[in-house]
Amino acid sequence: MNPRSSALREASIGEQTELVAEIASHFSSEEYLTAVQSTKDGIPTIWIEKHRLRETLRFVKSKIPRPFPMLFDLSATDERLRRHHEGLPISAFTVFYHLFSFDRNQSLRIKVPLSGEDLSLPSIVDLWPNADWYERETYDMFGIQFDGHPFLRRLLMPSWWNGHPLRKDHPSRGTEMGQFQLPPEKLVMTQEALQFKPEDWGLSRTHQDPDFDYMFINLGPAHTGTHGVLRLVAQLAGEEIVNIVPDIGFHHRSQEKIAERQTWHTFIPYTDRVDYLQGVLNEMPYCLAVERLADIEVPQRAQVIRVMMSEFYRLASHLVWYGTFAQDIGALSPVFYMFNDRERILAIAEAICGGRMHPNWLRIGGVARDLPIGWDQLVQQFVDWFPNRLDEYERLVMDNPIFKARTVGIGGLSLEDAIAWGATGPMLRACGLPWDLRKTRPYSGYDQFDFDVPVATNGDCYGRGVVHVLEMRQSLRIIRQCLDSMPSGHYKSLNPLATPPMKEHTMHDIETLIHHFVGVSWGPVLPPGEAEVPTESSKGQTSYYLTSDGSQVSYRTRIRTPSFAHIQMVPFIVRGELLSDLLAVLGSVDYVLSDVDR
Amino acid sequence: MIDWSHTALTIGIILGGALMLAGLLIWVERRLLGIWQERYGPNRVGPGGCLQSLADMIKIFTKEDWIPPFADKAVFVITPAIVVITALMSFAVVPIAPSFVIADLNMGAMFFLAMSSLAAYSVIIGGWASNSKFAFLGSLRAIAQLLSYEVFMGLSLMGAVLLAGSFNLSDIVEAQRHQWFVIPQFLGFLGFFMAGLAEAHRTPFDMPEAEAELVAGYHSEYSGMKFGMFFVGEYLSVILLSAMTVILFFGGWHGPWLPPVMWFVLKMAFFIVLIILIRATWPRFRFDQLLSFGWKVVMPLALMNLLATGGVVLWKQG
Repeated sequence: MNPRSSALREASIGEQTELVAEIASHFSSEEYLTAVQSTKDGIPTIWIEKHRLRETLRFVKSKIPRPFPMLFDLSATDERLRRHHEGLPISAFTVFYHLFSFDRNQSLRIKVPLSGEDLSLPSIVDLWPNADWYERETYDMFGIQFDGHPFLRRLLMPSWWNGHPLRKDHPSRGTEMGQFQLPPEKLVMTQEALQFKPEDWGLSRTHQDPDFDYMFINLGPAHTGTHGVLRLVAQLAGEEIVNIVPDIGFHHRSQEKIAERQTWHTFIPYTDRVDYLQGVLNEMPYCLAVERLADIEVPQRAQVIRVMMSEFYRLASHLVWYGTFAQDIGALSPVFYMFNDRERILAIAEAICGGRMHPNWLRIGGVARDLPIGWDQLVQQFVDWFPNRLDEYERLVMDNPIFKARTVGIGGLSLEDAIAWGATGPMLRACGLPWDLRKTRPYSGYDQFDFDVPVATNGDCYGRGVVHVLEMRQSLRIIRQCLDSMPSGHYKSLNPLATPPMKEHTMHDIETLIHHFVGVSWGPVLPPGEAEVPTESSKGQTSYYLTSDGSQVSYRTRIRTPSFAHIQMVPFIVRGELLSDLLAVLGSVDYVLSDVDR
Repeated sequence: MIDWSHTALTIGIILGGALMLAGLLIWVERRLLGIWQERYGPNRVGPGGCLQSLADMIKIFTKEDWIPPFADKAVFVITPAIVVITALMSFAVVPIAPSFVIADLNMGAMFFLAMSSLAAYSVIIGGWASNSKFAFLGSLRAIAQLLSYEVFMGLSLMGAVLLAGSFNLSDIVEAQRHQWFVIPQFLGFLGFFMAGLAEAHRTPFDMPEAEAELVAGYHSEYSGMKFGMFFVGEYLSVILLSAMTVILFFGGWHGPWLPPVMWFVLKMAFFIVLIILIRATWPRFRFDQLLSFGWKVVMPLALMNLLATGGVVLWKQG
């Protein structure tokens, strides 16, 4: 462990106890906190009873000095089969609230145990608007009721689904569910569930003027403007959007359930599919969390290789965003240029990782292989060639007066709203807050790189565009630094839990050979614990909250993705705008449906 | 007798030529866009892919002729015909070279304006008859658009008419023997060209068929040859717009060395390529932006232009 990171960790432990003491002292009762849990990630984690939930949340949201204004994540864990409780309160289900404070640069996790028949909690939609979808998802996946939620229906699964998928007693594969049958009455029932009734979507049909009629228009799931299987139901008055309801779940594969049956090692390729545009950037938060659980220190060279590939994938992802944004505004050509450029990036990725969209490149404790001979020439060619293209795109897209007329001042968002809705990444930076985890909570050695965090001021579609475009130049800058100072050394940690262990060592020493054998045949066994490392992916903050109960598979994997939060905001942003502006907003909000549904 | 055969021949050449050109243009546009967008475009059928339209035509003719059950059948069917017929009718007054014109009407410019207004009906009733929300929104946008560009299209054209002192298109071309009208009538040219782009539903004014939000706008529900007719109609109006721009502002068939027909075709080709280039480069306006731009900027400019032109013409007459 290098001195810097250990110093950081000690400091964070200090802050952790301080915060817990601050909360406990406010309520000045010894038993107020049911328990204080220590986790591997250093995020202060407190357990409270459910009748104290709302007052605690209200306190940390606004009353505490330097408050926690953002609800970063909300989900639950089915604890019924967990083996290592380590003195934690016994519960059947645990609902956790992950809050974030920008002033403190600190996270706070609040857990509420639930057991018995009464699986219900007070809703917190009035405190944080983005709790809406998170609570619906938790209801959908675990069957936990949220009292006072205005519209508690299934979010990802179809309305007629039986059971709650993330409960441990719900089968994870189709083959465990018995033969599939579609009797006529089920067919009719599922078809009827697809019928559109505005009331079922929380939309009102009536208007005070009896002659006035709204138009309900269905966009998607197969629509040219929604970039994937997103369905939006728009309530229009003329072309003005009165309300809009996103319907998600068409791309839902329940990655979180899959993670409970794949080993720690074999889940890595699945992370690639969470946001299929950003490859390595998905693997990063997962591997960092696993390494935190297993206490693995990643060698310098592996860290820099990870950073370099991450930035390449950030470029690739931003290029797709750039082109499709321009296309949503009606410009035909940019998307072709940008896909060609992305092709070059994917060619480099292919030469280094072997894969393109799904590189499967990171490993627990390092990366899959060392860099191939000649990688530096490939990268050099690219960094020499790409800046001119970026200049050209700026003239073609960002400087175009029609483009500006369509995006400047459209879909504006204030910083307070952005934080309240859980916006991260370029969405947040477009509102003027230079918050980039690579700078503010550096991971994988980002603190050693020299780069800026671009911001915009208006939080409108154009601002989001500016942030994306400037970020591409910063990524290029980081790649250049990786190229110039790639350290030598191992590409994977020598820690026995690094999977698979370095092959050359397995041939010489029996200890590593055994680890190799176990790791490959069974999967690495991680010590019990919990860890989460949020990272800055191309679209915002992605994190994997891993719970290990001391076996070769994850007990619970919670995947927090930025697209989910951002799609949830779209209705809030576009109310009152025109239908054409909806496309501008959707184009500027960088999202991928696989990242929304997971 | 001689006159009749001459007219029949002219009709044949102009109609055949325009339709052929429209078909060819589908390939030209796709190929040009392809080259400008770092890809190939259609390059398989015939030399360089130039027979692509023929292949498309065979495909489109053999497709199922489907009419949506919820559509207004009769109106749905006649709409694509209106598009093509009105566009072709306009070609009747287009003078390609001296006395190479089907009908040298005294009111040629007015006839052109009338036909172009009629063409807008196809969009409106096509969207209405489809009885689909996307098509309906598309045609609503088309109506809103029509209200804004039709007015300044006529106004910007009047400058050229004033200078030539005639509505006859051949006379207008003849009046440009020494100086193209684009020089005194630059504002008029800009207004006319813009209105023409909106009329032909071309970028940046292709809101009625904005594929990003409205799928294909007013012709979303059309398929097979009926869809093909809309396509041909669009390219016919691109050709017509180029031809009219050349006639009104760029001296028609006038030009040194080459025969008049060649000059006319060359100038027209220039504008066709320009329109395709605009499509490759620019994004799309929002329809309310076109409305306010049309009414608040172009319309007053066109009026002032007309006023100034009228003043100059009167002053010259003494």
